[in-house]
Amino acid sequence: MHPLADTIRARFTEGFVDACEWRGDLVVTVKRDALRAVCRFLKDDPAMAFDYIVHVSSVDWPDDEERFEVVYEVYSIRHRRRLRVKTRVPEHDCAVDSLTEIWRGAEFMEREVFDMMGIRFNDHPDLRRILMPDDFPEGWPLRKDFPLQGKGWRDTFEFLNEGAA
Amino acid sequence: MAPMEDQRDTVYKVDPAHPETGDLPTLRTEELLLNMGPQHPATHGVLKVILDLEGERITKSTVVMGFLHRGVEKLAEAGTYHQFIPHTDRLDYVCAMYNNFAYCRAVEKLMNVTVPERAEYLRTLVAEVQRIIGHLFWLGTQALDIGAMTVFFYTFRDREILLDWFDELCGARLTTSWYRIGGVERELTASLEKKLRDFLDYFPPKIDEYVVFLEKNRIWLARTVGVAVVSAEDALSFGLSGPTLRGSGVDYDLRKYESYGAYPQCEFSVPVGKNGDTYDRYWVRIEEMRESVKIVRQCMERMPKDGPVMADVPSVTLPPKDRVFTNLESMIQQFKLFSQGFDAPPGEVYCGTEAHKGELGFYIVSTGGGKPYRLKIRAPSFIHMGAFDHMAKGYMIADAVTIFGSYDIVMGECDR
Repeated sequence: MHPLADTIRARFTEGFVDACEWRGDLVVTVKRDALRAVCRFLKDDPAMAFDYIVHVSSVDWPDDEERFEVVYEVYSIRHRRRLRVKTRVPEHDCAVDSLTEIWRGAEFMEREVFDMMGIRFNDHPDLRRILMPDDFPEGWPLRKDFPLQGKGWRDTFEFLNEGAA
Repeated sequence: MAPMEDQRDTVYKVDPAHPETGDLPTLRTEELLLNMGPQHPATHGVLKVILDLEGERITKSTVVMGFLHRGVEKLAEAGTYHQFIPHTDRLDYVCAMYNNFAYCRAVEKLMNVTVPERAEYLRTLVAEVQRIIGHLFWLGTQALDIGAMTVFFYTFRDREILLDWFDELCGARLTTSWYRIGGVERELTASLEKKLRDFLDYFPPKIDEYVVFLEKNRIWLARTVGVAVVSAEDALSFGLSGPTLRGSGVDYDLRKYESYGAYPQCEFSVPVGKNGDTYDRYWVRIEEMRESVKIVRQCMERMPKDGPVMADVPSVTLPPKDRVFTNLESMIQQFKLFSQGFDAPPGEVYCGTEAHKGELGFYIVSTGGGKPYRLKIRAPSFIHMGAFDHMAKGYMIADAVTIFGSYDIVMGECDR
């Protein structure tokens, strides 16, 4: 296993789930409850120094017990390395701790994940939809059960009867 | 008719709490809410910002975006990897080439495809030409937003030369789709090479010209120096990238940090600002244009004179166009790659590329098969807008315009 993953596993024996490396990308999966503590460690520990947040993303796996995967990609300017931290969220309790207090850029990125996938972030300062309209009634567009066609906002518009005028 | 009641007493009342103001009027003060956009010429697209104002100072700003949301990430899940390339043109429509480049690199990482050397040089060369176009576009519009109109005409004149060059290269000025997974679509012709050499001789003195227009302009300096300062620590915490981050003194540039393409073979420096204000972000971009000229020149000199411009991995990369039209197998190969796609291995990759706005990254999750299971675009414009409230606080309404401008936002990429 990668030494970085070893360090995280040694420090967070409870919260650590899995680590793998593929195509040069190191991925560490942690439990949902440990996410904030792990990320706080990654940011503050001088040997880690992951001071730069690259993106926050989410993946929907409808057949899995814990349906959603929240993905954080961080970068350390000092050590010039990347790390991807993932955690799983079940559908019935679709919430994960916000990392806005650790990396401020996470605010908008997490809002986007909420908007697109419907995952809530605890203690987020301003959790609202960001790309879709605030009153968008149809659910969460990037979930796999959201159809690609035929359920858009524009389908709710009434047709104007131009001939009658 | 009754004489009009003298109301001056009620207006020019001495405020007992502040007798020093004498008979000056006590004015009503309250916070004002101002909607800026979504149809504002300086928002570079459709962006709304709600500004809480105290007088003319911004106390809080709320960004409202998504007016240009087209669901590109959802669309990506419905098409094959090759089919997504034209969609990337429409992200940052000012700099389509770099989006193509970033996307193709991510897919090549997923498929483990090595690009031939000549193709790498061509890609780097065109990407740097695109960077010059992007910075010219930015410089013109930024100066226009601040009120220095002349620069706009000069930068757009020079940008036009390069857009015509793109037109000759791939048949489109903006929506280029010239990059392919595993290489590029076609070769440079002799005419293109000559035109590019002419441009490289013509262009560097023009940069000095723009600089004279701006840096001798007192108004422009007053509106950029010391405006919207962001410290290096905050810039990192917000995830800013590209010139917006480098203006704050962090030398994070993926062309150096995680070098790709032909950048390792080219000598260039990464300009880094000191103060993190709008002026430093401008200065970084001006210097980057000079560096881009150097990189393009080096690419043209060091490029292998011939060789393939497309990797030969028939299961992934497209066959040469002339063979598609003359050879049945190649036609079937092309048809199958576009309709069914190639069989990607299950796994996930993230690949970041230093576009002219910042780190443009693609995160692709594959479960096998010809279509991405999930494709996430790390758009620098979107992430830069996250820092807007922090950076605009305490500045004037008019500075809000220079702050968007200094991010170089394009809403197509921001809203995706």
